[in-house]
Order: sequence, then structure tokens, then C-alpha cells
Amino acid sequence: MAGPEFEVPALTEYTEVPKIKEGATAHLKSFIAAEASQSYLGYPHQLPADWKERVLDRMGQVLEKYRSVRVFMDACVHCGACTDKCHYFLGTADPNNMPVARQELMRKVYRRYFTLPGKIAPWLVGAEDLTEDTLNKWYNYYHQCSECRRCSVYCPYGIDTAEITMAGREILNHVGIGQKYSSEILVKVQKIGNNLGLPGPALEDTLLGLEEDIEADTGVPVKMPLDVEGAEILLVTPSADFFSEPHVESLIGYAKVFHAAGASWTLSSKASEAGNFGLFNGNYETMRAIAMRIRDAALELGVKRIIVGECGHAWRVAYAFWNTLTGIGYGGDDPFSVELQKRLDPRYPQPMHICEYTWDLIEKGVLKFDKSLNDDRVITFHDSCNVARGSRMGTEPGGQFTIPRNIIRAVANNYQDMAAETIGESTFCCGGGGGLLTDDLIEVRVKGALPRMNAYNNVVQGQSVNFLALICAICKAQFTKVLPYYGFDRNMVGGVHQLVGTAIKLD
Amino acid sequence: MTSLTIFYSVLFYIATLVLLGGVAYRIYEYARTPAPLNIPTTPAPTSKGGVAVRMAREVVLFESLFKSNKWIWLFGWLFHVGLALVLLRHLRYFQEPVWFWVEFIQPFGKYASFAMVAGLAGLWARRFLVDRVRYISTPSDHLMLALLIAIGLSGMLMTFVAHTDIVAVKAFMLGLMTFNFHPMPADPVLMAHLFLVAVLMIIFPVSKLLHAPGIFFSPTRNQADDPRETRHIAPWAAALERDRA
Ligand code: HEM
Ligand code: SF4
Ligand code: SF4
Repeated sequence: MAGPEFEVPALTEYTEVPKIKEGATAHLKSFIAAEASQSYLGYPHQLPADWKERVLDRMGQVLEKYRSVRVFMDACVHCGACTDKCHYFLGTADPNNMPVARQELMRKVYRRYFTLPGKIAPWLVGAEDLTEDTLNKWYNYYHQCSECRRCSVYCPYGIDTAEITMAGREILNHVGIGQKYSSEILVKVQKIGNNLGLPGPALEDTLLGLEEDIEADTGVPVKMPLDVEGAEILLVTPSADFFSEPHVESLIGYAKVFHAAGASWTLSSKASEAGNFGLFNGNYETMRAIAMRIRDAALELGVKRIIVGECGHAWRVAYAFWNTLTGIGYGGDDPFSVELQKRLDPRYPQPMHICEYTWDLIEKGVLKFDKSLNDDRVITFHDSCNVARGSRMGTEPGGQFTIPRNIIRAVANNYQDMAAETIGESTFCCGGGGGLLTDDLIEVRVKGALPRMNAYNNVVQGQSVNFLALICAICKAQFTKVLPYYGFDRNMVGGVHQLVGTAIKLD
Repeated sequence: MTSLTIFYSVLFYIATLVLLGGVAYRIYEYARTPAPLNIPTTPAPTSKGGVAVRMAREVVLFESLFKSNKWIWLFGWLFHVGLALVLLRHLRYFQEPVWFWVEFIQPFGKYASFAMVAGLAGLWARRFLVDRVRYISTPSDHLMLALLIAIGLSGMLMTFVAHTDIVAVKAFMLGLMTFNFHPMPADPVLMAHLFLVAVLMIIFPVSKLLHAPGIFFSPTRNQADDPRETRHIAPWAAALERDRA
């Protein structure tokens, strides 16, 4: 690894709130998308002559379509409660990374063109003309937000800056300013079937290879079925689970759980990606088109249950939006929803998280473990933002916190939580979510990880923790990359189902 | 009728119309705009009843703010509770006979004004002292606090120092409500107080004071966490489905 070209923040016991440093990250700009991906997605790729009208027109449309944006534009009182809640502000000190200031970048324009006081007396209410400089700021700072929703927990009105960031990216795309990383992923997933852009045959090979590995390892023929029609369960998982370390260890874990439960399950080459970057870009139609692949695969394969692997934003989209977008869920009485519902097994929640599935089997006593196989590990669990603040597991609010921890405690002996104000609903983002997991943003990613790294360092020093367990593909990739910057071993990171896979007894 | 009475009568009719009409229109806008996706900040209640409880805790106790920042919570809560009591106490100028409980809270309302002004002063101090809050403050944020403090102080002046002719004020107000006009007393403190109140009423529907109705429409707080059981679909999204199905 080449040495970083920026200063890595020093670890401290508590994450201190920095004094603001104007412009500290104004120069950090993610690479802009080129023509190919933008035009595939139906966006221009350079600023059109009438960009100003287009921005305001699109903004007006967003305000008409999304109550969140409309209410959030009006309701903020500038109380400042959110100013010290964003990990990117804590790590960079750039005031535009304070949630309210990030919103303000858009609110200034909203006030100027959509409200009476802003039209009459812009200087009074902080309204500003829309200029190319505005768009530059939008682009930079809406790509220094991981849409983690931590700010929305602490705002007295629940103002969710993620909604503003999404709106900002959506508007920018419509005037040809897209982010290369997300834009290309959105093309790959739609053209090839997954974010990594790996075609069906490669997937098949990988799965066969993994089956051989597991059998060599355990002597048990654990299968990883692909495109099996008539299987009961469709597993939809982030494509990183097939090809990246440590993700693949969790895939092995899922397969072992299915094997031990005697379940009939399959993966799908069509739906070989749970991730849905349509969420990050705030475009409903793109998000829907990507989610529809899952519905189509489920109908084609004739499965009765849909289970989602370890991925944070994918779980938010699946849990909270699939029913709306694709009818995967209950309660819809339109023909579109009913068509799918009559195929699905009503005894189970749809979709279901792999942790819900595993925990249910553990509670029923179906799975057996040798916990001592995890004894070399002292484990802590990082709550991933989208799971923590945008979804649920089980039937009780907060199940998304208890269920993964219950699983860890059932399969391992040494577990230690990080400080309470850094987990659960208060969890700090890994620093790489929301479409920021790209090398051109490495400085933002490293600095944004600071609050999490501080909390982690405390349990490493104090409680000898040596394993950071996760249920998110983006967090896994981000931490493997960022831990070394802070002096930790990248192999400390792994999935909850990696722990399950280590301890599970197969026969 | 004196020109003073005419001025204040017209002012209060306009202010009332702007406040009621403006806020009603904003509420209509919020209600009309769909929330296409289920986005409560979780963990969230799973039922409508639970949502009502969550909302009540936010509105009455400022629960999220309490989690967030104890100083803002303290000052903000003092201010709002003070304001609420003061407003309720003011009901007596608009009714005859005065309801029992309005009578009952008079002494509390009287001293609540101290809490209100102290809270406002604390909030204002933060706008100078905390660099992050200074950075986000606009001139209108300062003016809003100045306006509320001026209303509070002019009111307190009349309550505790230079008593105004309450009977005459009440006659004026009841007169406005029944179109049976009585003169507006020519007390400068009262004139200032009522003028500032009218200004506050007029700017309400175009300012950040919209947080009061806004909180009830905030999707992260007013939605139940039930997306696997209920299909949320906005009319414009359902139209997409029909077109593309
Ligand atoms: C549903 C009723 C209301 C709720 C739940 C509510 C809640 C809040 C909260 C949580 C804050 C942030 C903390 C703070 O700065 O105090 C706030 C700020 C504020 N509220 Fe309210 N409020 C309500 C009604 C009102 C009304 C009726 C007014 C005035 C006429 C008002 C005036 C203000 C002002 C001026 C601020 C900003 C204070 C500052 O500049 O720091 N609020 N409100
Ligand atoms: S959503 Fe997360 S990253 Fe974005 S402003 Fe809020 S706290 Fe920061
Ligand atoms: S906490 Fe909410 S109301 Fe307060 S400044 Fe932040 S976004 Fe605005």
C-alpha cells in the first residue's frame, strides 16, 4: 500500500467534536461519470445549456413527489443538534459535513426560488442564487454523505439528511453530473446481473469451487445450488459474497446453515446481487427496475421464500421497499402483488434476513455448534447503518440489534459490545456506505471511519477484542481497506455467518 | 374610532388571516405530497398507536433532542413550555366568561414568561458561542429570537412593572372578535407588544416556525414500521406500475 497523501487522524479515547475548518474537504471530489454509463441510465453526461431550468424543474418535481424533502426543507430551525452527529464532520471538521449544513446547500436554493422570503430578501434567510458553484458544492458534499441516517435519529423533527443527499444526486444526474462509481455499478447490475459485473458462468465456477473447498475442509458435501427451479428458498446476497474476502466466508456460513437445516434452496444468476444502488442515487425508477430482478427470479424459479444475505443497504431496500417496489411482502391487494403473494409461503415474513432465518433455527434447536471453535476470537459487533436505522429483524422494534448479537453469543464464547453511544441506533457508519466505497474518495472514507475506529480501538485495547463482526458487504470491504490506516490488521473483519460457519456442526 | 384603533384592528385581521390561511395552506401542501416509501427512523413503533405515542413524546418532551444535546434541550424545552403556558394564559383576553382552568393557570403563566425568555436567551447565546451553530445561523435566526424575546419582555413589563389597562385591552380584543369595536388603549408598551405579535403571526407560514406543523408530517417520525405487512404505494408510483406492468 502506498502511503496516504493525507493525514490519518490519531485515535483517541472519545471522539472529540472538532472546531470547524472551512473548506477542509472542499477539494475532495469523486470521479464524474462518463457518457457510456450516464446515457445507459438515461441521463445527460455534461451540463446542458439550460441546466438552471432543469435543476429547478427537477427540484420542483422532487418537492411534489417526496413529502420528506418538502417537509425537511421547511422544518429545520437551525438548532444545531445534528451538527456534531455526522462521522464525516467528526473526521474532517469541514462544516459542510454537518448534516444541517449539507441540507442547507439545497435549502439555500429552495428558499431562493420556492419561498416568498427568499424571493424578496434572500440575504435575510440565507437564500442564494443557483450557480455552477452551487452544483459543484452539491456534487462534492452529496458524495461525502453515506446516507447513514445518524443525523435523523438526533434531529427533533427527524430530518433525514440522506433524503436530501438522494434528492441532490438525483437532480445532479439530470443535468449530467453523475458519480462514476455508482453510475457504472447501476449499469453492471442491470446489464450483467450484479454490481461486480461477473457473468453467470463465472458464478457457476466459483460456486463449484467453493463446494469442493468446503467438502475438502469438513468432509461434508455442502451444496451451493444455482438456478434450481422449484427450490423452496431463494437466497439473494451481495455479489461480493461470491468473490471477495472476507465476504465469501459468510456465504459458506449460509450454505452450511441451509445444509444443516436440510433446506431446499437456490441462488439465482439473474438475481445474483442483493445490493441496489438505486437507493443511493434517489431514483425511484432505477431502484424499482433493479429490485424487479428479484421478483422476476422468484417467479421464474417458483420459490416460496426469499431470504437476503449479509448486506446493509440491500436489507433496507428489501425489508422496507421491496413490498412497495415489487410486491414482495404482504398487504397488497392489487393483481400485481397478489400474483406473487399466492406463490409465497404465508407462514414466513417475506423477505426474511439470513440472521432471522438462522436465529429461528437456533431457537428451535435445529442447529448445533461447537462454540470452542471460535475461542481464538474475541468478538465485537458493528451495527451497520441501514440495518440499524432503516430496517428491522424479527417482530419487535430493535430486533435488528438483538438477533445478530444473539447469534454471535450462540456460536462463540467471547463477545464484547463497543461503547453504547456508538452502537444500536447511535451506530457510527463504517465511512464507506451510500456509494462512497470507491478509491477516489479514500480520504473521506478513512477520515469518516474515525468515530468507529476510536470505539473499536477502545475494545481492542481494553477487552482484547480481535474480531469485528458485521452483516454488511460494504462495511466489510470498507473496513478491510481502512483498518490498516489506523494500524489494525485487515483480517480482523468478518461476517456473522463466518462465525456461524466456523462453529456449526455438520453431519 | 381613532386611527390607532383602526390601524391595530386592520393589522390583527390581516395577521389572523395570514396565520390561519397560510398555515392551513402549508398543511394542505404537506398532506397532499405523498411519502412514496416507508422511511421511519428505526427502531420505530410497528403500529399506528405506537406512532401516536412516539409523536406525543417528541412534541411534549422533545425526546430526540434530549438524546441529542442536553443544553439545546434544556433551553428549547424551557422556552416552549414557557410559551405554551403564556399562550394559554392569554386565552382570558379572548373569552368572557373565562374558563375555570384558564383562571387556574394564571399564576403559572405569569412566571412561565421567565422560563420562556431565559430559554430564548440560552438559545441565542449558543448562536454566538458555539462555532458550529454560529456557522449555520442566518440573520433571520437571530431576528426570530430577538422578536420572541422582545414580545416576552414587553409582555413582562406590562405584567410586572408598568401595568396596562387590562380591562380595556380585553374590550378591544373581544370587540375585534364580535365586530363590536372598542378603542385600542394608547399605551406604548402595549402597542409594541401587539405589533410584534402581529409580525410573528404574519411570518409564521413562511418561516422556520413551520416546524410546528411540520413535525407531524415528518415521515421518519410519523410512519409505522410495518413494510413487510403493508404495501405503501404513492399514487404516482402506482401509476408507474400500471404503465409498465
Ligand atoms: C408542535 C409544537 C412545537 C414543537 C413540537 C416545537 C419544537 C421545537 C423544537 C424541538 C425546537 C428545537 C430546539 C430549540 O431550539 O428550542 C424548536 C425551536 C424553535 N421553536 Fe418550536 N415547537 C413548537 C411550536 C412552536 C411555536 C408555536 C413557536 C413560536 C411561535 C415556536 C418557536 C420556535 C423557535 C423560534 C425555535 C428556534 C429557536 C432557536 O432559534 O434556537 N415553536 N421548536
Ligand atoms: S446521513 Fe449520515 S453521512 Fe449523511 S449527513 Fe447524516 S450523519 Fe452524515
Ligand atoms: S437537528 Fe434538525 S432542526 Fe436542528 S439544525 Fe439539525 S436538521 Fe435542523
